[in-house]
Amino acid sequence: MAAVSVRDLAVTYAGVGRDVPALSGMSLEVGDGEPIAIIGPSGCGKSTLLLALAGLLPADAGEVLVGGEAIARPRRRTALILQDFGLLPWKSVAHNAALGLEVRGVDASTRRTVVAEALERLGLAEFAEAYPGELSGGMRQRLALARALALDADLLLMDEPLSALDALTREDLQNLLLGIWQQRRHTSVLVTHSIEEAVFLGRRVVVMSPRPGRVASIVDNPGMGEEGYRETAAFLERCVELRRLLAAEGAFRDATLAGGVR
Amino acid sequence: MNAWLRRIGGYAIASAVLLAGWQLLSMAIGSQALPGPIPALSDFGRLFFSDLLPHAGISAWRVVASMTIGAAIATPLGLSIGRSPRVDAIAAPLVFLTYPVPKVVFLPVLLVLLGIGNLPKIALITLIVFFQILVTARDAARGIPASAVLSVRSLGATRWQVFRHVVVPAALPDIFTALRISTGTAIAVLFFSETVAGSEGLGYYIIDAWSRIAYSEMFAGIISMAMLGVVLYELLEVAEARVCRWTRVER
Repeated sequence: MAAVSVRDLAVTYAGVGRDVPALSGMSLEVGDGEPIAIIGPSGCGKSTLLLALAGLLPADAGEVLVGGEAIARPRRRTALILQDFGLLPWKSVAHNAALGLEVRGVDASTRRTVVAEALERLGLAEFAEAYPGELSGGMRQRLALARALALDADLLLMDEPLSALDALTREDLQNLLLGIWQQRRHTSVLVTHSIEEAVFLGRRVVVMSPRPGRVASIVDNPGMGEEGYRETAAFLERCVELRRLLAAEGAFRDATLAGGVR
Repeated sequence: MNAWLRRIGGYAIASAVLLAGWQLLSMAIGSQALPGPIPALSDFGRLFFSDLLPHAGISAWRVVASMTIGAAIATPLGLSIGRSPRVDAIAAPLVFLTYPVPKVVFLPVLLVLLGIGNLPKIALITLIVFFQILVTARDAARGIPASAVLSVRSLGATRWQVFRHVVVPAALPDIFTALRISTGTAIAVLFFSETVAGSEGLGYYIIDAWSRIAYSEMFAGIISMAMLGVVLYELLEVAEARVCRWTRVER
């Protein structure tokens, strides 16, 4: 069980000279096995929220519950995938995938079996002995996923996991993420800058307001996961709706400053 | 194998250029104090097993021991300082104050305290290598990307596990670079300390030949010292290639 519950969360960073509130009065409920996407202008505290969900940032106020338990330190079945994938360049592909298990004291032979399975599933089996530096961007991303799968994660936290990839690879991996979710039905929190990605991968899309971050609005997206959803009118409608909401939060302020089109 | 051949070939060509330059220089100067490479090399061959090798062995052991001890203490210390802002606040000023002090000035003190054997030499070189590695390790630890640490911590890693899986391997290439650079300083300091006290080591051999006005023997000693440096440098290179194999893969 990995329902997520964020209640009145506040996180403040110690900035230069003054404290910077990253999140304030942030509340959010994510059901067990529900995939949500979080989108918002730069500096709205999306990444901060993920780190708090992962148990890596202490809350100044409020609380984060996962599966009914307050999170103060990293949780066993939560996997975090960062923008640069968080791979260790000095460890082989297999070793990177096994790292979560190793850190948790799983014995070597179990590690080997579980990792071989995860790599196989993500098409990386033949690269087990390679180093991340030898992989393409898409393969590195799949390796980060393999690590999460090896942990048997029931909560997958992703911070702009596909933003470093080219458009075609990105779409490919969006399909892969969807496929994996459809098989495993884990709880998924995806932070993204891409409206299309949010609509493709979030059953609900949470729009956040900037500084300090809180939930501005939530868009229901019941069509998510349907066959060929990307090509439907409903998909486009959701994208347009989100674009309007984001504009209202000042996401496109630079364009208006330049006198550009909204 | 091909890479090895190319490497040896590179050394052969470089040696030929150096020897030719040496020959020309000695002919131009025409002084006894600068004999040409031929008498020096013939003395090198003649004295290699009887005199040079035993002295070189003692010198090598002093340098290797010093560098090993220095690196073994400085690496964990420097990495810890670099990873902890609180420790760094105290340790960094301490390091910055002491780092620029030329450690060779302590040789007389070390000689008084530790005698004239191996100990003061090893202590002095260790001190110098220690500071070079300490500063490098600190900087390397500070430069480790936060995302690498965060993602390993998110897996539930303890401080020690973060150290073992992230901090140490991330800093190793920099540590090796610092070690390779410090071989030069280490051998220079070794020479100095061996000329000041004791009757063993290449430094002693060189200065002894000099006092006997045996200049071609002196140059045989200088060649030995240069070769000691090259061997150490290459050994570190090989060790780095093995330990940091991941840095050699490029996409």
